[in-house]
Amino acid sequence: MYRYSEFDTAFVRERAAQFRAQVARRLDGSLTEDEFKPLRLMNGLYLQLHAYMLRVAIPYGTLSGAQMRQLAMIARRWDKGYGHFTTRQNVQFNWPRLEDVPDMLGALADVGMHAIQTSGNTIRNVTADHFAGAAADEIADPRPYAELLRQWSTDHPEFQFLPRKFKIAVTGAEADRAVIRAHDIGLQLVERDGARGFRVLIGGGLGRTPMIGKVVRAFLPEADLLPYVEAIVSVYNLLGRRDNKYKARIKITVHETGIDEMRRRIEARFAEIRPEFTGIDREILAGIAAQFAPPDWVARDPAPFHAARAADPVFRAWADTNVAPHRRDDHAIVSVSLKTPGATPGDATAAQMEILADLAAAHAYDELRISHEQNVVLPHVPRAALPKLHAALKAAGLGAANIGLVSDIIACPGMDYCALATARSIPVAQEIATRFEALRLEHEIGPLKIKISGCINACGHHHVGHIGILGLDRAGVENYQITLGGSGAEDAVIGTRSGPGFAYDEIVPAIERLLLAYLALREGPDETFLMAWRRVGLAPFKAALYGPHDTAERADAA
Amino acid sequence: MSVIVTDRGFGPDHWRGGFKRPEEPGAGPGIAVALDLGPDTDPETLRDRLDDVVLIRVRFPGFADGRGFTIARALRRMGFAGRLRAAGHVIADQYAMARRSGFDEVEIDADLAARQPEPQWRARADWRAGDYRARLRG
Ligand code: SF4
Repeated sequence: MYRYSEFDTAFVRERAAQFRAQVARRLDGSLTEDEFKPLRLMNGLYLQLHAYMLRVAIPYGTLSGAQMRQLAMIARRWDKGYGHFTTRQNVQFNWPRLEDVPDMLGALADVGMHAIQTSGNTIRNVTADHFAGAAADEIADPRPYAELLRQWSTDHPEFQFLPRKFKIAVTGAEADRAVIRAHDIGLQLVERDGARGFRVLIGGGLGRTPMIGKVVRAFLPEADLLPYVEAIVSVYNLLGRRDNKYKARIKITVHETGIDEMRRRIEARFAEIRPEFTGIDREILAGIAAQFAPPDWVARDPAPFHAARAADPVFRAWADTNVAPHRRDDHAIVSVSLKTPGATPGDATAAQMEILADLAAAHAYDELRISHEQNVVLPHVPRAALPKLHAALKAAGLGAANIGLVSDIIACPGMDYCALATARSIPVAQEIATRFEALRLEHEIGPLKIKISGCINACGHHHVGHIGILGLDRAGVENYQITLGGSGAEDAVIGTRSGPGFAYDEIVPAIERLLLAYLALREGPDETFLMAWRRVGLAPFKAALYGPHDTAERADAA
Repeated sequence: MSVIVTDRGFGPDHWRGGFKRPEEPGAGPGIAVALDLGPDTDPETLRDRLDDVVLIRVRFPGFADGRGFTIARALRRMGFAGRLRAAGHVIADQYAMARRSGFDEVEIDADLAARQPEPQWRARADWRAGDYRARLRG
């Protein structure tokens, strides 16, 4: 795992000191409220519905046990004893006091963490595949590149006041677990003729105008990464619209300028910038990569795993859903669900964080990850340790066997916290999860991604959910629109709207009708919801949602 | 009265030559001038005419509009070696960004200078320290 250099440590300390001074200068009038706002945002501090919110970066989703324990300490000392993990590998504290924030930043700096550029019109926390370095299917660990990008983008002098926020995601595998096609820049490590490079996509994004990213360069030699990314952001900084914040993201710039013209401009800018990079970045990258060397693997006979799987159906259900293949056969990747039915998706209490840190130390080489699906991942667990780990998780109330299933829902904070929300999202997620738990249909239904946003800004990624739910406000009443057939993976596609929305008390029954219809029409348990949707299309689901009568009427009207 | 901020702190504006918009007559090749650029200037259009320019002032209409930083960088990359000035609504917190992007100085009005006095700008005169990008570029 990456450890801060002296330079990093000095930087985050200095930055916390600068922020302390900025708070004081806001109070003495040196900074107007307008001027202070982007400064606090670029230090992770939001003003929410009820209070300030501090958004802390978990770069590329990787944490050590000590860092997780520090998050627990912060949650206890300056918040209400819990934190919320987000879809962009951040953790949010919802109740800090402004005057405590500099101390919180200091406590983060103590363990090599920060809240820099988790908000504002800046290059945000760089995210990565949460299975990076552990997955069986990757070309290489993408995190050294993500760390290089973190350093390059941090306080980048040209890019602190962009037209709009800017998000970068990177993956080392063809299977896309990092939703790179819904990012301003998506990077996928690829190999060509034995050389390593990146497939570079730009212009993906969700929000009110969802777009899937387009390939701007099919193969970028890895040595050109920083100058090429700098060229993209440099072109965007001058070309991106500043007259309308809803048209300011690079996806709109790409849409209005055309991908070919964007490519021409980017390549020209790249040719100018490339010579400025003398190669020191390559040395720094090599130093970073050395720190991501795999742990000293402990070879252990996986017999206890097989024995437990044969003997214990509860363990088997958990192992079948929450455990993924590791690059080593005698190890596994464990996803710990933060979606126990009834819980707030992504919330973890300080006690849970500490238990997870302890379990990482005991069974997982002291390493943890946060996934964009708002779960915690133990990336390296010897298979022999899985029964013990599962027992401990179960005892802590973290044993839910639902990864990738109905109740593993992504939900944005919605009306419960967010000032922009038009509807609640957390309670909808909770009610869907508890309903399907009661029906005992979750494992029958199989792989399914439900994603919920509490307004058109789409922080819950509803457009790329197999089932997406968007909460709107219709004349003061919550109304939930359903989209179907979206995907955020390598086959990324924006979902299709099903038709008119549903009232708050109608949305859970509607989802239930939808999934019962799926069970009735699928060709077998191997045909997932998404596969069935791709085979049969909208009509049967529409009938299930709105009734045959209503559908016929609509057909007549059309 | 405008104030010119440099690493040494506040000072007066010594430039008496006036400014021309790039499209104005007399701002053509062969005449030593100072240019005044709006934030929407495409720096490419100046590529062949920088030799006779001694000073370029880039306007910041609002501190949240960061185009000027990229314009400055582009001018420096083209080889512009004259004086480069950021002018308008630039706040003390942006001084290091301006210097790192290639500006030599910042021009602010008297009101802003009163609200954000010299020590607040001098606090970032150490702009060479802690610069990730410079470190990676070599
Ligand atoms: S989608 Fe809307 S309600 Fe949900 S977090 Fe984003 S801005 Fe807030």
